[in-house]
Amino acid sequence: MAKTLLLLGGRSDIGKACAHRFAAAGFDIILAARGSDDLDIAVGDLEIRHGVKAYKAEFEAAAYETHAEFYESLPAKPDVVLYSIGSLGNQKVSEENWTEAEKVISSNYTGAVSILSVVANDMANRNEGTIIGISSVAGERGRMSNYIYGSAKAGLTTFLAGLRHRLASTNVRVITVKPGFVATKMTADMDLPKILTASPEHVAEAVFSAYRRKKSTVYSLGIWRQIMFAVRLVPEKLFVRTKL
Amino acid sequence: MVTNWGNFPRVEADVTETSRFSEIKAFVENSNNVTIRGNGRSYGDASLGENIFSTLRLDKFIDLDPENCEIECESGLLFSDILRVIVPKGLFLPVTPGTKFITVGGAIGADVHGKNHHKEGSFASHVVHFDLLTATGETLRCSPRENTSLFWQTCGGMGLTGIILSARFKLKPIETAYIRQTSLKSPNIDAAMKAFAENPGSTYSVAWLDCAARGKNLGRSIIQLGEHASQSDLPKKFAADPLFLPSGNGPAVPLFMPSFAINPITVKSFNTAYYNRQRGTKKTSVIHFDPFFYPLDGIRYWNKLYGKDGFVQYQFVLPLDSSYDGIVEILERVTASGEGSPLAVLKLFGEPDPNAVMSFPMKGYTLALDFKANEKVFKLLDELDELVMTHNGRIYLAKDARMKPSVFRTTYSNTVRSGRFTSAQAKRLEN
Repeated sequence: MAKTLLLLGGRSDIGKACAHRFAAAGFDIILAARGSDDLDIAVGDLEIRHGVKAYKAEFEAAAYETHAEFYESLPAKPDVVLYSIGSLGNQKVSEENWTEAEKVISSNYTGAVSILSVVANDMANRNEGTIIGISSVAGERGRMSNYIYGSAKAGLTTFLAGLRHRLASTNVRVITVKPGFVATKMTADMDLPKILTASPEHVAEAVFSAYRRKKSTVYSLGIWRQIMFAVRLVPEKLFVRTKL
Repeated sequence: MVTNWGNFPRVEADVTETSRFSEIKAFVENSNNVTIRGNGRSYGDASLGENIFSTLRLDKFIDLDPENCEIECESGLLFSDILRVIVPKGLFLPVTPGTKFITVGGAIGADVHGKNHHKEGSFASHVVHFDLLTATGETLRCSPRENTSLFWQTCGGMGLTGIILSARFKLKPIETAYIRQTSLKSPNIDAAMKAFAENPGSTYSVAWLDCAARGKNLGRSIIQLGEHASQSDLPKKFAADPLFLPSGNGPAVPLFMPSFAINPITVKSFNTAYYNRQRGTKKTSVIHFDPFFYPLDGIRYWNKLYGKDGFVQYQFVLPLDSSYDGIVEILERVTASGEGSPLAVLKLFGEPDPNAVMSFPMKGYTLALDFKANEKVFKLLDELDELVMTHNGRIYLAKDARMKPSVFRTTYSNTVRSGRFTSAQAKRLEN
């Protein structure tokens, strides 16, 4: 029987690239997103390209109370759940406006905690499955340019680490993905250095390889592991003088 | 900076990309001059402009119907992605140009042709229908029976009628992914044209012509004829996996070569080597469709071989009765100029569709040559334009970067005017 991937964030560029990568390996796909009505074409595209089954499902990260029912009513119990929801928001607006900040936090962090807890409990019961969270290198150190987003991603990274620890004695695996710059809709307006910027397809390949090789944390591109190691080492006294 | 495949010209542009219909519609309604762009594989300034809408996010399959040999997809889907899905199912594109990295919308907009034009026409002949977002913000289904005039203005209309959102077109059934190829060595242009004339039944035909050859060797070429191979044609090594698709990419040209990399000496030795590679006058073989249709796709970014200043491809067609005289004159002019073209492709077109408006093909011979982009070459090309006009021919808009408006007006009797949708090329030619 074909395995199933549940993609939470069916419209995210990284998520879509991952869906195609898993479908190419024979996975059936459930695309879950807010306002899922217009996902029919994406569903058909997955089926035609890869000869797998694909479905759409309505999912709202901030509607925590709906998560248990959402998970119960899925067409199949997923073997892999990928959380790729996360809005970057606008740092300046987030500083002034709690509604904006809360959107960033619920999409990147609290929404993930809510739904992935439901998923984790089910997978722990079944003693099988893989949870993959798309976090970010932005969560490794708070910076003036994006600390609302960064702190939410830090929360997600820590949550996933804890989940991995809790489930270490089971067959359930938890993978944290930390992309650096990725050329997506989110970054379309930014002028990113080419050498540090991955394509969504590149990230998807890294995610799939981490899944196959049972890794726990994956950076994409790999060079970000060294970069963030260096960034974390800068003493706070010096760090606050930078404009990062 | 945005450029097409020729890397000439370069244009400063805003590029908008989205797959959401509401955003596309709003963008069109709020813009006065929109240039529609697919994968940028036209050579000149056809899909360039200051305000570009890119269709590359419209990249989804909508329907695949193997029984009726039809496919429906969004307009930004690449032929390369389509091949990956349809070939394993025993289906093939009805018409394909020499690169698979083009979009479906681009194929319709330029009404592309392939090696089977003499038998199966251009891409438009195989389109069932498409959905067009017009300048008024309406989406109209166009087909040979519905919104007919808009359909034929859009096929070959170079993106001036609106944004093709999706299209449905015919596929052809194949038994294998291989081509039964016959190569004929022709010592000169007379022999080459004779070979085309004698093989009208071949599904695919094209000639690689050595532009550096002069005098009695003028137009010496290798003609390739091809048929889709059946199971029984396959040698043992291919028979186990008849619908095989290679994965991955070929080698890439890593960076712009210095512009002297292509000079008369390298060109001449390349062409002589190419011509002499084949020993006998006739050779048959079974090869995969990929090197048969897309020999240059195997070298990614081969356009960088021409250096940073880019190159122009000059492709013209002449009516059958003046083809011989015109092509001989033009070849003589090119060889005398020393502005050699390492790649020259000769092909005999069949009858065009009688409904076509601004499509390129006409019954007769077409020749495509590459030149480095520089002032000397542009002067030569202006002279060649005169010869093309004298012989009642015309120049392919998907390749053009420099034709004068007067040449365009004289050689294209029916044209599509730009309005809300325009391009650097349209502005240049409508001056």
